[in-house]
Amino acid sequence: MVAIPSRHKSLALLAGVLLLQVLMLAVQVKRDSRGRLIRVWTITAVSPFEKGGAWGFGKVRGVWDHYFALRGTTKQNEALRVENDALKLTISQLESKAAEADRLAALLHFRESHEKVPMVMARVIGASAGTISRTVEIDRGERDGIRRNMAVITPDGAVGKIIEVYRDNAQVLLLTDKDGGAGAMLVSSRIQGPVRGTGEPMLSMSYVAAEEKVNAGEKIVTSGMDKIFPRDIPLGTVMDVKQANPFKVIRVNPAARLDRLEEVIVLLTQQTVDFPSYSEQPGGAGSAPAAQSSTPATPPAAEKP
Amino acid sequence: MNDTYEFHAGETHIEVHKFYPGAVVGVAVLALVLQRILPVYLPKLEILDIPLIVTIYFGLSRRNPSTGLLLGMLMGLLQDSLSGPTVPLGEYGIAKTVIGYLASSIGSRLDTEHPLARFALVVCFFVVHQSILVLVRRFLLAEPEPWLNLHLLIAALINAVLGVALFVGLDRLRRNS
Repeated sequence: MVAIPSRHKSLALLAGVLLLQVLMLAVQVKRDSRGRLIRVWTITAVSPFEKGGAWGFGKVRGVWDHYFALRGTTKQNEALRVENDALKLTISQLESKAAEADRLAALLHFRESHEKVPMVMARVIGASAGTISRTVEIDRGERDGIRRNMAVITPDGAVGKIIEVYRDNAQVLLLTDKDGGAGAMLVSSRIQGPVRGTGEPMLSMSYVAAEEKVNAGEKIVTSGMDKIFPRDIPLGTVMDVKQANPFKVIRVNPAARLDRLEEVIVLLTQQTVDFPSYSEQPGGAGSAPAAQSSTPATPPAAEKP
Repeated sequence: MNDTYEFHAGETHIEVHKFYPGAVVGVAVLALVLQRILPVYLPKLEILDIPLIVTIYFGLSRRNPSTGLLLGMLMGLLQDSLSGPTVPLGEYGIAKTVIGYLASSIGSRLDTEHPLARFALVVCFFVVHQSILVLVRRFLLAEPEPWLNLHLLIAALINAVLGVALFVGLDRLRRNS
């Protein structure tokens, strides 16, 4: 009698024999582009462990790099912070210089396009110390031919007038000052009336009769009647109109950016200065030719508009 | 391999048959030779799987799973070897190993002497054998092998008829205990 193998033994034998043959198949069979099947199986079986290992090593390395290998990082951080601050400052300076270059280019262009008009370019070097008055100080004075009540403008429009002149400096009273202002007229309707400062960023146009038709958005230019500003220099745009008797209440947004003046032009004459962007307004005041100067090129003598 | 023994499964008494010396080896070799020669002269007999029938017969008769699976493995590997270089070693080997194991396991539990039982068993084993071949070809060899179809069923029936007839002849090789 032969001892009968147990069921488990025969199952194990079956599994072993089958595995052996499967391996034998794998060694023989060659997949088209991936090599022998045994290689494919081996790589397939091993790659999850490789991926796991790589992931584990990556994590360990990350923990090491981010938590343990931080010697000198504080110093490096500090140095980078200092460098960052310096770079920020440099960028700010460069941006400022670029903006200044743009402004100066605009002034130069303005100056070149009005060669026959005597004018002096000046840099704003100071502003009023208090909030009551709105004045600025420029770096040009008597030696440069500047006198009181000369008009001060930018390529955008009227700024104010000279109120004090020193040897090398002068003070400019801005249009927005309560004592500031200019003779003005609406471009489309030619209605005249003075524009005054209110102490606020906005200007106010006075003495426009209630029955006159004025719309928001209309352009306003100097009328030349104040003997300070030549006519047709942009003053601003009508912001809103309130009906009142006997005169309308008109708020005006200044054409020149009076809150951020850095360079200005002092007109040494009351000769008309042409502002194409305003004179091309449909039905606008630009119809007045530039040659029609209200007065000859002589400094005005009037104290106030 | 030619020893005789008796196997007791519960209260059922199942006899374990023994064969004349060299009978198993001779029949196995003859089956393989016939499997190669017959299709040459009668191509339609290609659907016969004589080594499978022999494996089933000795598995059912010997009723020892280990012996059965080893016989199946040998028959299968030899059939692989004789099938040319396009058939990798192990393809029939795996299938016939499983059939040898199953036949021996079933033979140790059931009386498989009745012709109808033999017919049904051969049909079942043939289908299982072909299924294993399909699985091996599709998943291990990545070959586009069709699943079971009517042709397979007809082949199973024909092999079963041959098997029942062949089993009667093979029974004559048994030694009386």
